[in-house]
Amino acid sequence: MIKILMKVSRMRLVAENLSARRGEDLIFTDVSFDLGAGESLVLTGRNGSGKSTLLRVVAGLLRPETGRVTWTSDSADSGMRAAEACHYLGHRNAMKAELTVFENLAFWKDFLGDTQDGKGIPPGEAADAVGLGGIVHLPFGYLSAGQQRRMAFAKLLVAYRPVWILDEPTAALDVSAEGVFTELIKAHLAAGGILLAATHQPLGLENAKELRMTGFAGVGEGRW
Amino acid sequence: MTALLLRDLKLSVRAGGGALIGVLFFMTVVAVIPFAVGPDLNLLSRIGPAIVWIGALLSALLGLDRLFQTEREDGSLDLLLMQEHPLVLTVLVKCLAHWLGNGLPLVIASPLLGLFMNMDEVAIGATMLTLLVGTPALTFIGAVGAAVAVALPRGGLLVSILVLPLAIPVLIFGVSASYAAVEDPAPFMPPFLILVAITMFFAVLGPLGAALALRNAGD
Repeated sequence: MIKILMKVSRMRLVAENLSARRGEDLIFTDVSFDLGAGESLVLTGRNGSGKSTLLRVVAGLLRPETGRVTWTSDSADSGMRAAEACHYLGHRNAMKAELTVFENLAFWKDFLGDTQDGKGIPPGEAADAVGLGGIVHLPFGYLSAGQQRRMAFAKLLVAYRPVWILDEPTAALDVSAEGVFTELIKAHLAAGGILLAATHQPLGLENAKELRMTGFAGVGEGRW
Repeated sequence: MTALLLRDLKLSVRAGGGALIGVLFFMTVVAVIPFAVGPDLNLLSRIGPAIVWIGALLSALLGLDRLFQTEREDGSLDLLLMQEHPLVLTVLVKCLAHWLGNGLPLVIASPLLGLFMNMDEVAIGATMLTLLVGTPALTFIGAVGAAVAVALPRGGLLVSILVLPLAIPVLIFGVSASYAAVEDPAPFMPPFLILVAITMFFAVLGPLGAALALRNAGD
């Protein structure tokens, strides 16, 4: 369905002793993980346990209290921030309601660009891949919540990033769309990508590592 | 980066964009002045450049708070922050797009409003020229305020108040250059060149400050 050309390389996303603070409270402490090409890590835990916070820390959007996130690969410059190798799909879709779906996707393709390890696909094909090829001419605001989420997911395909950071990717989706997402994620992992996701529904990935976030008490059984 | 410029320009002319709102507000402010002041043509032409400048300043401040807030509301800001491009450059391009979409229409509308104020050709030309040079500075100054207030739910008025002190020098030198063009003893070039200098100064400092504020607004 989607072919992403890339050589299998020594890509690693490493987090060391991360802890983050929201206001006065330490949300989590001492989270470490080490993900290589094709590996995935799924964060689970109840609401407010710090899943989103951890993802935002890895994406470089929040400053960690301690620890650091590093990214190494064959093609990465030594000074490259980990965030530059990541796609981040948060709760909000990062698409403009006033522009058409095609304009949105074309903008992100152009603005994000590709990293050296792979290539993105054209906006039309990305929309096909999430099963909504026929409606790219509509303004994004006209779409239903589920369709908007699918199109936001198509954004991950138009520009290549080795690491996908997904925060509740399957919220507002029907069962068939969840299946489509799972296939796309599997294809990404098979091509040597890395996945970091927070979710309540199982994504259907066979050999995903799981990190259970427990909230203020710190993180249990989650040392990798 | 061109993609960002084009996208922001498209957004400013589509529904919900601020391009027309700013011009309409500008016309409203300037058009009511003759009714309030009365039909004294000499008085109107004397205060004309100042009134047009005040109108332009207020309209330029009107749409500034949305500069980064819309990006934050739909999550685009996260993606803009994560990229390899220097954030300063991203902010600069957003400022340019904002000026092209909101500032330039004000400059283009100003000759018409000059006629309302019974200004002569030289005064209209000088006002238009000083607005062309001065309004980019307002956008760059406003970008800092918009970045600081990005996480506030109703930061609109706050942004205007925050940036107003910094915008005052632009107003002073813009208006004095416009007057110097029509009143003989005062030279035109010194205030005009200072206005140019202010714009260039803030073109560097504004995006730097705004980028710094955005990086630290993390939530």
